[in-house]
Amino acid sequence: MIPNEIYAEFEVVRNLDRCTVCRVCEKQCPNGVHTFQAEKGVMLADETKCVNCHRCVAFCPTRALKIVPSGHTFRPNANWSRQSIEEVYRQASSGGVLLSSMGNPCSYPVYWDKLLLNASQVTNPSIDPLREPMETRTFLGKKPQRICRDASGKLVDNMEPGLELSTPILFSAMSYGSISYNAHAALARAAQELGTYYNTGEGGLHEDFYCYGENTIVQVASGRFGVHREYLNAGAAVEIKIGQGAKPGIGGHLPGSKIVADVSRTRMIPEGSDAISPAPHHDIYSLEDLHQLVYSLKEATGYKKPVIVKVAAVHNIAAIASGIARSGADVIAIDGFRGGTGAAPTRIRDNIGIPIELALAAVDQRLREEGIRGEVSIIAGGSIRSSADVVKAIALGADAVYIGTAALLALGCHLCRSCQSGKCAWGIATQKPELVKRLNPEEGAQRLVNLVNAWTHEIKEMMGGMGINSIEALRGNRLMLRGIGLNERELSILGVSHAGE
Amino acid sequence: MLKEGQIRIPSGCAISGIFSRSGKPVCGDRIVRSIAVMHDRSNGLGGGFAGYGIYPEYKDCYAFHVFYDDVEARQRGEQFLERHFDIVNLSRIPTRKVPSISNEPLIWRYFVNPLPHKLADSQLDEREYVARCVIRVNSTIEGACIFSSGKNMGVFKAVGYPEDVGEFYRLEEYSGYCWTAHGRYPTNTPGWWGGAHPFAMLDYSVVHNGEISSYDANRRYVEMFGYRCNLLTDTEVIAYMFDYLLRRQGLTLEEAAHVVAAPFWDTIARQPEETKKELTYLRKAFSSMLITGPFSILLGFEGGMMALNDRLKLRSMVAAEKGDLFYVASEECAIRAIEPELDRVWSPRGGEPVIVRLNENNRGEEQP
Repeated sequence: MIPNEIYAEFEVVRNLDRCTVCRVCEKQCPNGVHTFQAEKGVMLADETKCVNCHRCVAFCPTRALKIVPSGHTFRPNANWSRQSIEEVYRQASSGGVLLSSMGNPCSYPVYWDKLLLNASQVTNPSIDPLREPMETRTFLGKKPQRICRDASGKLVDNMEPGLELSTPILFSAMSYGSISYNAHAALARAAQELGTYYNTGEGGLHEDFYCYGENTIVQVASGRFGVHREYLNAGAAVEIKIGQGAKPGIGGHLPGSKIVADVSRTRMIPEGSDAISPAPHHDIYSLEDLHQLVYSLKEATGYKKPVIVKVAAVHNIAAIASGIARSGADVIAIDGFRGGTGAAPTRIRDNIGIPIELALAAVDQRLREEGIRGEVSIIAGGSIRSSADVVKAIALGADAVYIGTAALLALGCHLCRSCQSGKCAWGIATQKPELVKRLNPEEGAQRLVNLVNAWTHEIKEMMGGMGINSIEALRGNRLMLRGIGLNERELSILGVSHAGE
Repeated sequence: MLKEGQIRIPSGCAISGIFSRSGKPVCGDRIVRSIAVMHDRSNGLGGGFAGYGIYPEYKDCYAFHVFYDDVEARQRGEQFLERHFDIVNLSRIPTRKVPSISNEPLIWRYFVNPLPHKLADSQLDEREYVARCVIRVNSTIEGACIFSSGKNMGVFKAVGYPEDVGEFYRLEEYSGYCWTAHGRYPTNTPGWWGGAHPFAMLDYSVVHNGEISSYDANRRYVEMFGYRCNLLTDTEVIAYMFDYLLRRQGLTLEEAAHVVAAPFWDTIARQPEETKKELTYLRKAFSSMLITGPFSILLGFEGGMMALNDRLKLRSMVAAEKGDLFYVASEECAIRAIEPELDRVWSPRGGEPVIVRLNENNRGEEQP
C-alpha cells in the first residue's frame, strides 16, 4: 500500500504558560482541531484538520495560540512545489477534481499595484473634501443618444431606467446557499443604509429579504435557481450571469451539504442535492440569444428595471463587451480572474481568465472606439481590495465596482479559502445553524457600512488631491494614472503613460 | 523637446472680452489694449484673438484661417480644400513684422462654400460637413492646421505676448461686434502657433484660463463623436464639447453651461421641482461632459458670447457694463484700461453663465 502522506500545512503553536485549558478553542473550531485530553488535563491539536481560519486564535482569552506554517518540506525543487506534489497525491488517491474557494491566490501580476495616482501641484489647486463638496453619486445605465423636447421646448426626461448609487461601490453576487442567511441579511441591510446595492447571486431571494428590494440586484444564472416573476420584479435591477471570474466557462457549484431546507426552498431544488449550474445558459449560445434574454427579462419587468450582463474577463473580452453593449443590456459587469467564489475547480480558478485591470481598460477603450460607451455602464470586479483600487478602476474607465471578498472580510472572513467545506468558522460560508448564528447580522451590517464609508472618505481625499470634485470627471480619466515597472505593451493596453512621462 | 500636440501642457492665462449688444463695430485695437494690461499673466508663449462680424463682405462664406509649415503643406492643404469646397477668395493674411514674433508659419485665409455635390453625397448637414473637413485636415494633413472656420468671424493667434500678436496681425484694421482675447502662460513648451488660443470650431471660439482636472475624461468621451483632440489642450476639448452640446445635441447655452459646470447635487436638491428635474436630467445624461478643476472661459459664437467660471470659481473673472457694451476679463484692470467709467461691475458666480447677445433688431441673419 502506498501511504497517502500529506503533512499538515500549518502548525498550531500553543503557549502552555498561557493556556488555561478553558477549552474555548475546542468550542470555536468547526474542524475539530482542538481536543481536551482529560488524563493529562491539556489541550491537544490535530493539525491535519487546521485550515488556518484564526477562529481559535481570535477567541483565545490569553493569546496562547498562533498558527504558523508547519515548515515541513520536500526536497526543494523550483519546478515541483510542495502544493503541486501534494495535489498529485490527492488526485491519485481520490480520482477527483480538486476544489478550491475564494479568488485565485497565485503569484500573477496585480496591476493595481503597478498604477500610481496623480495629485495637483501649483498649476491647479487640489480641492479640500473637508471644506468643499465632493461628489461620489453615481448613476448606472444607458445615456440617451439624443435629447428631445416637448411642444413648449422643455427637455423631456428620456433616460432609461438605471441605478443610483451614493458611492460607486456595490456588493457583488454571493448566493444564499454559498453564504449564510445572516451574511445575506447583513449585506442587504448595509446596502440599504449605504444607498447602494447587494446582489442575490444565483440562489434566489429569501422571502425575508424582499423588503430590501430597492437595494437588491436579482441574478439570473444558467441554473435559473429561484427565478420567478415575483423574484424578477422584487429587485432594482436584473443581472444575467454569463460567467464569473473565478470559474469562467463553467456554472456555479454548490455542494449538497449546503442545500439545507431553507436554501432548498429559496432555490426551488431538492434538499441535499448538489447544485451544479449548467456551464452555459442553454438559451444563450450566441449574442442574438443574449439579446432575446435581455428583452425577455425587460418584458417580464415591464421595462422598469435595468438589465446587467455579468461576464468573466477572458481573452476576447473587448469584443464580447461590444456585443453585450449592442444587446440592449444597460450595464456590463466584468469579473476579473482574481474574483472570489464559494467553490470552483482549482485548475479553472487558477488558470483561466485575465486580470480585471487589463480587461477593463480594453473594454472601455473598445466601447469608446465604437462610439457606444454611453450605451452601457461598466462595473468592474475581481478583485478590488481598497479605495485606491476603486479610484484606479474608475480612472481606467469603470462606472462603479463590485466588492465581494472585501465585504466578506468585513464580516469576519479570514480568507482560509475553505468555503467549499461548508464549515465556515465565522458563520459566513456555511449553513450549519450553530455556525450561522456566530455572525450577528446587525453587527455585520454595521461593519460593512463602516468599510464602505471609510473607502468613500478615502476616495474623496484622492479625488480632491487630483482637483476633481465629482466622480464622473474621474471616470476614464487615464491621465490621472501612471504605470510603474510596466512594459510598453502593458502600458498601451492600460492606455496610460509610464511614471515620469 | 516634444511640442504641443505631442504632450499635454498645463498653462495659466489671461482672458478678456468685449461685446457690443447694439452691433456697433468695436475696433480691434481696443481688445489689444485691454489684454496688454495683463501682460504679467502671460509669458510670451502664446496670444490670440477672435473677432466676430469682421468679414461683412463675405459673411455667407466660411472663413478658413490656416497655418502651413511650408509650401508643400500648403499644396496638400489646398488640394484638399479644392476637392471639398468652392474657394471664393484666398489670400495671405496681412501681417507686419514685429521683432518679438518670429518663425511664423505661412498664414493663409480662404473664403469658401462646400461643393454642393460633395455636400449632398456626404448626407451631412452643411455645418457638420465643414466641421468634419476641418478635423480631417488637422488630423491627417501634415503641416496644415485650420485654426479658424466660422462665418463672418476669425481667429488670429501666434507665439508671443498678446499685444505683440495684435500688432503682428494688424488688428486695428478690423472691427467687429465681439472680441475675445487670450494671453498664455504655458509651462514647458517651445511654443507652437496652433497651440495658442482662441481655439475655434465653426463659429464657436473658446478662450480659456485654467487647467481642468477632468481633461482626459472629457477628451475620451467627446472623441467618441468624431472629434480628434490633436492639441491636447483644455481649450480644444472645451470647444469640441460646446460644439457637441450646442450644435449636435441642440442644447441651449444655459443648458450646456449646466452640463459643463453642473450645480452640485445638494444645490440641485434645493431647486423648485421643474428645475430640479431638468438639472438632474442634464447631469445624468451628459455626466462625462462635466468639467472639474479651475476654468474661466469665454465662448464666442455667431451673435453672442458666454462667460463661464468653473463651479467653485477657482479662477478670477470680472464682468462689467457700459451702455450697450459688455466687458469681461480675468482682472478688472483690463476693463478699466479701456473703459474707466463703468455702469456696473460684478464677479459672476461659479457655474453661472453670463450670456450676452446682439439686440433683437441687430441680429441680422443669425440663426435662431
